[in-house]
Amino acid sequence: MPTVTQQEIEQAVSKAAREVFETMLNLPLQIEPSVMQQAIKPETFDGVVALVGVAGTWTGTGHMSCSALFARQLAGALLMSEYDSVNEEVLDAVAEVANMIIGNVKTIFEEKLGPLGLTVPTVIFGRNYQTRSAGVKDWVLVRLRSGSESMDINFNLMPSRVLPHMTPRPEIVSA
Amino acid sequence: MALDVLIVDDSAAIRKILHRVLVQAEVPLGKVHEASDGNEALEKLKVEKVGLILSDINMPNMDGIEFLTRVKADAAFKDVPIIMVTTEGSQAKVMQALELGAIGYVKKPFTADQIKEKLMGII
Repeated sequence: MPTVTQQEIEQAVSKAAREVFETMLNLPLQIEPSVMQQAIKPETFDGVVALVGVAGTWTGTGHMSCSALFARQLAGALLMSEYDSVNEEVLDAVAEVANMIIGNVKTIFEEKLGPLGLTVPTVIFGRNYQTRSAGVKDWVLVRLRSGSESMDINFNLMPSRVLPHMTPRPEIVSA
Repeated sequence: MALDVLIVDDSAAIRKILHRVLVQAEVPLGKVHEASDGNEALEKLKVEKVGLILSDINMPNMDGIEFLTRVKADAAFKDVPIIMVTTEGSQAKVMQALELGAIGYVKKPFTADQIKEKLMGII
């Protein structure tokens, strides 16, 4: 049984994010060292969250979150427009950025883990809300900074042979 | 002769970007039609004559592989060239799409030049 390390997730997320920021967004990007955490923080959140699921012999979730301001900046950079508010186009743009980043992370891990599927992205916008993935114990957080704004990408991956709530165990090896 | 194009992608953002790239490309562009999944694209093909399809793979309702299969199985559309533009980067999916008759493949994220290069290969 292969293992997936925190460092591998950090490298995959960083590579995918750099590719998207350089190719399609043309925005500055700095990537902080990853952190392993038991739950996505902050627990309550204001802004935009995009979720993309990975499924196959391994199962995982990509959870991308940012402020409303950064969501508007991302959409503006992607679509070459200006947005005064978080509207449908902004949410669609954030969903597509998440789809490209997590999709490319998935492709990187397929070399090691075999074929994996990708869900269509789900995007949420609101104030003072929480997100939770049942049974997920370990998240690797990679924080991206662009100018004064930041975006958190939390990612988890675990073997899908056993339902996670039946046998909770750490599947990501700390760096 | 102007080239009518059908863009198939569930992301309105990607449809908008591809539309812009097509307009900017130095090709004789006709009408640009859009569809958000394979089902909608097949309906468009019944009423619009298109010379090129740019299609995503991962889409709800009918994905790009199923759409490609159906287009290539229909005598009315089988000769329309299809380029897959998708996040799906696995070799297996690429090979499957090419074996089913896609003439090219562009991985997201893409540059405008990558799309233009593929277009030039057709025109």
